[in-house]
Amino acid sequence: MFIPHTSADRAAMLRAVGIEKLDDLFKDVPAKYRFPTLNLPPALSEMEVSRELQDISLANESVHDLVCFLGAGVYNHYIPAAVDAIIRRGEFLTAYTPYQPELSQGTLQAIFEYQSNVAALTGMEVCNASHYDGATAVAEAVNMAYANFRGKRTKIILSPAVNPQYRQTVRTYAEGSPVVLVGDDPQSDLKANPDGLIPLIDVDTALIVVQYPDFFGRIYDYTKLAEAAHAMGALVAVSVNPIALGLLKAPGYMNADIVTGEGQPLGIPLSYGGPYLGLFATRKEYVRKMAGRLTGETVDNRGQRAYVLTLTAREQHIRREKATSNICTNQGLMALASTIYMSLLGKNGLRQVAELCFHKAHYAAQAITNLPGYSIWSSTPFFNEFVIQTPTPVSEINDLLLDHDILGGYDLSQDYPDLSRHMLIAVTEMNTREEIDRLVEVLSEVSNG
Amino acid sequence: MGEPQLCDISVSGRQGINFPQPDVPLASFPEGFIREDLPMPELSELDVIRHYTRLSQLNYSIDTGYYPLGSCTMKYNPKINEETARYPGFAFTHPLQPIETVQGNLALMYTLQEWLKEIGGFAGMTLQPAAGAHGELTGVLIIRSYHRSRADNKRDKILIPDSAHGTNPATSAMSGLRVVEIKSDSRGNVDLDALRQECDGTLAGLMLTNPNTLGLFDEHVEEVIRLVHAAGGLVYGDGANLNALLGIIRPGDVGFDVMHFNLHKTFSTPHGGGGPGSGPVGVAAHLVDFLPAPVVGIIEEGDQEMPPLYGFITPSKSIGRMKSFHGHFGMLVRAYTYISMHGGPGLRKIAEHAVLNANYLLALIKGTYHLPYDRLCMHEFVVEGQWPDAPEIHALDISKRLMDYKFHPPTNYFPLIVHEALMVEPTETESKETLDAFAEALIKIADEAHHDPTLLKEAPHVTPVGRLDEVKAAKELVLCCGVATLDK
Amino acid sequence: MKIPSTLKYTESNEWINLEGKTGTIGISDYAQDQLSDIVFAEVIVNEGDILKKGDSIATIESVKAAADVYTPVSGKVISVNEDLGRAPEVINTDPYEAAWIIKIELNTPGETNSLMDAAAYEKFVQEQQ
Repeated sequence: MFIPHTSADRAAMLRAVGIEKLDDLFKDVPAKYRFPTLNLPPALSEMEVSRELQDISLANESVHDLVCFLGAGVYNHYIPAAVDAIIRRGEFLTAYTPYQPELSQGTLQAIFEYQSNVAALTGMEVCNASHYDGATAVAEAVNMAYANFRGKRTKIILSPAVNPQYRQTVRTYAEGSPVVLVGDDPQSDLKANPDGLIPLIDVDTALIVVQYPDFFGRIYDYTKLAEAAHAMGALVAVSVNPIALGLLKAPGYMNADIVTGEGQPLGIPLSYGGPYLGLFATRKEYVRKMAGRLTGETVDNRGQRAYVLTLTAREQHIRREKATSNICTNQGLMALASTIYMSLLGKNGLRQVAELCFHKAHYAAQAITNLPGYSIWSSTPFFNEFVIQTPTPVSEINDLLLDHDILGGYDLSQDYPDLSRHMLIAVTEMNTREEIDRLVEVLSEVSNG
Repeated sequence: MGEPQLCDISVSGRQGINFPQPDVPLASFPEGFIREDLPMPELSELDVIRHYTRLSQLNYSIDTGYYPLGSCTMKYNPKINEETARYPGFAFTHPLQPIETVQGNLALMYTLQEWLKEIGGFAGMTLQPAAGAHGELTGVLIIRSYHRSRADNKRDKILIPDSAHGTNPATSAMSGLRVVEIKSDSRGNVDLDALRQECDGTLAGLMLTNPNTLGLFDEHVEEVIRLVHAAGGLVYGDGANLNALLGIIRPGDVGFDVMHFNLHKTFSTPHGGGGPGSGPVGVAAHLVDFLPAPVVGIIEEGDQEMPPLYGFITPSKSIGRMKSFHGHFGMLVRAYTYISMHGGPGLRKIAEHAVLNANYLLALIKGTYHLPYDRLCMHEFVVEGQWPDAPEIHALDISKRLMDYKFHPPTNYFPLIVHEALMVEPTETESKETLDAFAEALIKIADEAHHDPTLLKEAPHVTPVGRLDEVKAAKELVLCCGVATLDK
Repeated sequence: MKIPSTLKYTESNEWINLEGKTGTIGISDYAQDQLSDIVFAEVIVNEGDILKKGDSIATIESVKAAADVYTPVSGKVISVNEDLGRAPEVINTDPYEAAWIIKIELNTPGETNSLMDAAAYEKFVQEQQ
């Protein structure tokens, strides 16, 4: 345990406080409820706990044991050793939020550089210090758009091709708000081009949200959609996979007003659901409407360049019920991991990873299309994820794949009732040609009828 | 002069990490989609390691020094947590994997749910919220949903004590509820008369931090809860200060209907310079159906031979999803490790020593700093950072001077109800020697304030940077390095 | 603390200069002192807007605080100070002249009766401190 006190320490301290025993410290606690016995297992030493947790971890199969073709929002990418080496440093890991800038220049400069890297990657002008994940980042974009119009516009258009979990999160957040969410009802034509959402945009629209690549892996140019939205005075938010932006044109260049995304692919482990990283970037004119922390450059009283949290007057600790959001602790260490990742790869490395994902995915798609009983669902260009139509239910195919130590793609019937027998397959730089060939081989064991 | 920025040390053509050539035929790129340029830095791996290592050396951290920050519970972050969270079976599992392949993870989450229920006295638990504020939003949405499910739609008012953390009113506003502030009485408790006046049919709930941000256990907590319940409202517990209550009292037993836990405070997961945190939420029996989805449950009971099959459950009246997937699993492993190493008696020892440390430190300095509420404190206390006979000196100046003594300052200017507040929380992992040294520094600074105030006004002197021009930062808004300029 | 006797004041620290049916509105010297260095100001209403007493007309931010400014009277906005956005620090240096926020044409007589005069406002400010 981690309490350093000896009995001598305790005795001296009790004397100084002027009480007899430790129990006396709790006289304000109602006697009726005081000192309950907690029904928890007996304490383990570090050696024992390490063994126990190892055993628990071994009751899992990870993407080290199984070949992974599962994506749907988070992906199996290579994490360079240097990332963890740095984020494990106690000076970063155990540092507090940088409210006292004189003691936090390491954290502050790292966040500043993170903001810069994400702005460059997304083609935007400013970026905050993070949100919780890709889903809550979209929810905050909705709040931001609503606040931007001071409640005069209540309509939010959600493309049905935005990650279903993100749209669910937006709906939960919208519970307390007058916003009306449209565009993604179950009857939506999933094969339609997102320009098909344009007729929905009117003067009551605050925001339209699309994804790039979309949940099905497809890439679209949203320039025309953005134009139509701006003509009506509405804002456009694009949720991205940042790895794709190593190769593909960034949404900033399509005139997006807000870019959000899930930063997990940038050097953050899958870790069974988190912690991840919510990316959030916007144009300079909207910087005050943006929630979350911001680091700015300034000088100190010795004339040195230095960094400080800025525009803090927007945040909860000052604005309280008038704050743009209640966010306090965010994903600081994950933002650091991602900026280390982006620094290690740099412009050429990010391009390399993206190209590997692209080529390997297209190789897989091509091979699968050639299998009798399988087809590619959409002919729209894609990045590293694509949807295949399968001859039997996806769950059966995934069971078979698992027998061969392969983690199959995502069963879309879970979220889209019209897409039974449709699987979303992701391929990354971690998948070798042999692994892809093996996937195709097992898939071929299940044929039409 | 300071560490250069990435864009300053970037050299065209450098690359830290290389990847193999494609082992598949090259597909053709879709026209019009390929990026023309990517203005990112170009560095060698050594450049990156040196840059970030040097940056880290500019930071204060728990590993290098004591943080007396009130309501942050900056206790030691055990290194074993960092090991267990990284076991490959945990770190490399995909959240959408079939449940049969991740029974270890699900068993861990289920057990942690049970442990937190036991510690807090709750009937249900969600591990999904990403941080305390996220847990607050979850809890307030549950309260709102509960009333609406009973067609009790007039309840739109949330009561919040004037000592509350800013996230409380911000959360209520985000949930579409209106905030009414309740004042504290002269002993730092919720003012019962003020509370009684607001207990009516529009009351959705009260958000209560107990012990509060003054470090005081509400002397009428049972009556406060009774009044809110009698008016048909629910009580939300902000669990930020749970470190004082582990094994001492279970908030659920006293009547709290819903409470968030901060794993990155009470349960030792590291702050990381601003997160990630984790904010599980516990609920009483009547709110279990409203928990966010998914919750971990037992899908098939086990028996002598077989363990149960764990999986995900959607509660029948769930408020929905608060974020993607099911929680910050990496932080859950750390908290699980921590609780495993303590057991029930160990957790109680934490609270006892956290409260002992706070009272000891208070005893050392209370002759020198004014204590507005003269009561036994819990795990933290608030003193005034000002003296009538040294009117030029503010809490800010004391804080900056503490840095010269190699201490991080306490929380400043919060809670709002104490002038020039300094909120101090030692935590149980600090030794008597550290507390003695901290008290000595505070007393020296008080003396300096009266005899040599310039030392405070011009502090800090020994830190890597001095006081910063925050006005310039806010007006000029330089938020990115040069490379990030949008260049169409 | 400057409190010109020709003006009327509110408990949310706005001042109003009444000349016939026109009112000029800003925030008081006490208010700008409380905020300290102001870094941002935005007038959120436009010429021609019809306002009710208590409507929000501007947002002001300093490094450590943020405040909303409310109109003490109902009426139609005649003009808006365009310079405030560019040079918000003028609120600190000249709160009663150059830092006017909006000019409004009053439409509800009698509302001005509940405003404080300089003496009452001075007392109010002293009670806050």
